[in-house]
Amino acid sequence: MLEFDARCRLGSFALEAAFRSEGRVTALFGRSGAGKSTVLNLIAGLARPSSGRIAIDGRTLYDGAAGVDLAPHARRIGYVFQEGRLLPHLTVRQNLLYGRFFSGNRQRAAATSLDQAIALLGIAPLLERRPAALSGGERQRVAIGRALLAQPSLLLLDEPLAALDAPRKAEILYYIERLRDEVGVPIVYVSHSLDELVRIADRVVLLSEGRVLAAGTIHEMSARIELRPYLGRHEGGAVIEARVAAQDLESGLARLEFAGGVLQVPDVEALAGENVRVRIRARDVSIALEPPSGVSILNVLPGTVAELGAADGSSLDVRIDIGGSPVIARITRHSAARLALAPGKRVFAMIKAVSLDRRSVGYA
Amino acid sequence: MWSLTPAEVQTLLLSLKVALCSVAASLPVAIAISWVLSRLSFPGKGLLDAVVHLPLVLPPVVVGYFLLVLFGRHGPLGAPLHDYLGITFTFRWTGAALASAVMGLPLLVRAVRQSLDAVDRGLEQAAATLGASPAWVFASVTLPLILPGILTGMLLSFARGLGEFGATITFVSNIPGETRTLPLAIFTYTEVPGGDVAALRLCLISVALSLAALIASETLLRRAVVRAAGRDA
Repeated sequence: MLEFDARCRLGSFALEAAFRSEGRVTALFGRSGAGKSTVLNLIAGLARPSSGRIAIDGRTLYDGAAGVDLAPHARRIGYVFQEGRLLPHLTVRQNLLYGRFFSGNRQRAAATSLDQAIALLGIAPLLERRPAALSGGERQRVAIGRALLAQPSLLLLDEPLAALDAPRKAEILYYIERLRDEVGVPIVYVSHSLDELVRIADRVVLLSEGRVLAAGTIHEMSARIELRPYLGRHEGGAVIEARVAAQDLESGLARLEFAGGVLQVPDVEALAGENVRVRIRARDVSIALEPPSGVSILNVLPGTVAELGAADGSSLDVRIDIGGSPVIARITRHSAARLALAPGKRVFAMIKAVSLDRRSVGYA
Repeated sequence: MWSLTPAEVQTLLLSLKVALCSVAASLPVAIAISWVLSRLSFPGKGLLDAVVHLPLVLPPVVVGYFLLVLFGRHGPLGAPLHDYLGITFTFRWTGAALASAVMGLPLLVRAVRQSLDAVDRGLEQAAATLGASPAWVFASVTLPLILPGILTGMLLSFARGLGEFGATITFVSNIPGETRTLPLAIFTYTEVPGGDVAALRLCLISVALSLAALIASETLLRRAVVRAAGRDA
């Protein structure tokens, strides 16, 4: 478990944040300048808090009151920087083994061996190259491997996809998923992309201007209308947990069962029985008072209006409770008035199957 | 005609010994000073910077005089060094090396400091998170990355040492076989009638030596730059 409680001041920026997380992947989410990287630097010991306490699984890294402040090299925190930061004068192999030299006794009970890391990250062909000869995606994979091989008790990933193009992002995301599922090291993942969050994080800490606005599981957080401006108006929406009930090969649609019913989603790369997370973008959800007939929309889910958000320009957010699962719809103020939406009203949420694309589905 | 006389060989070897020893002795000092100037901030830093650079702007004779005062047999530094460590500088080749080292120090410090300033601190932080203590970070990351600067500085300081005249002659005089390096020997020949040819021969040796040092260090530097930049050599 990660316990974080720290105050610090860097120039005109002040951070005062506290959270704890037991998740496998804890995402620090927020706009740039919210203090995400500062939190990572404080955990790694690269920046110093003015007061507070930081601990991992009961091992105190920093405690202002008790005068504990471990040096970065004594913290056992693997840090994957945005820009990789591979040592340019060493080969990929030497970079990978750099941390091993210092991890001493821990190495005997090494959780991850060099061969495992190479296989996990697919970097075998790169071993004798130097960092300057690697592409952005390759560099990031080596950086992850290097951090992992130092046998850390926590892995920090600072927007590891930020500097990459879309195909490379998908590639690294796949490796991070494998990392999460095959290696037992807890991860703190900094991002400002909801796509990435849905795919890999189970806990989210939302930061804004150096403070923690909210923290919780991704489906709790995504269902809160008041957090919508921070989680991304355009891409945002409720995240529901579902299980793949069946894959129809002929139509290419998967039937996903969740607490409120069944969703039909195309191109889900999971087998029947596996659990997935689906983000339903609020702008892709429309509302009907009667079950519609003769429409192409595959997903029509009965529910009740739970909450109407404050109007934001010409639109507003509506939270619909579907058998216990929240779904958020973003509709115009005009429509909300026309349908006379109010809490408790019975409605049908309609979601086009094709709006739930590959990027909306994460594998839990 | 083309072979060197024993006296010339002696002068050449002495010059090399003095210049090499001065570079070797001043290198650790220069790296330490550069590190302090590049990484720490403290009151009096500007003063340290100025003192290190003084030999660059002072007349060499003045530096030689100060060395004589400080490191003479009865000087505040010379006396304890002689009494406790048995190191004597006055009228010895070691004194010539010390004079060269002091005159070359600013060149060495400038080159090393410049490359230290250019080192990406993020790489050092990355090494620290991988478990390297500050000393290891310095040895395994910082040092390899500043190697080109170190080599450049060593060449400059070596060349400065080969050419050192004013501080040397003031501090340790012009003793054949002990402190008479190439420039001092050339000066001596120009002072005696009929010494022109001998002086010219030494001048040519001097040119050849400097060229050889330049070429050797350029080769090393190219390799070091390639390595530090992480390109496949």
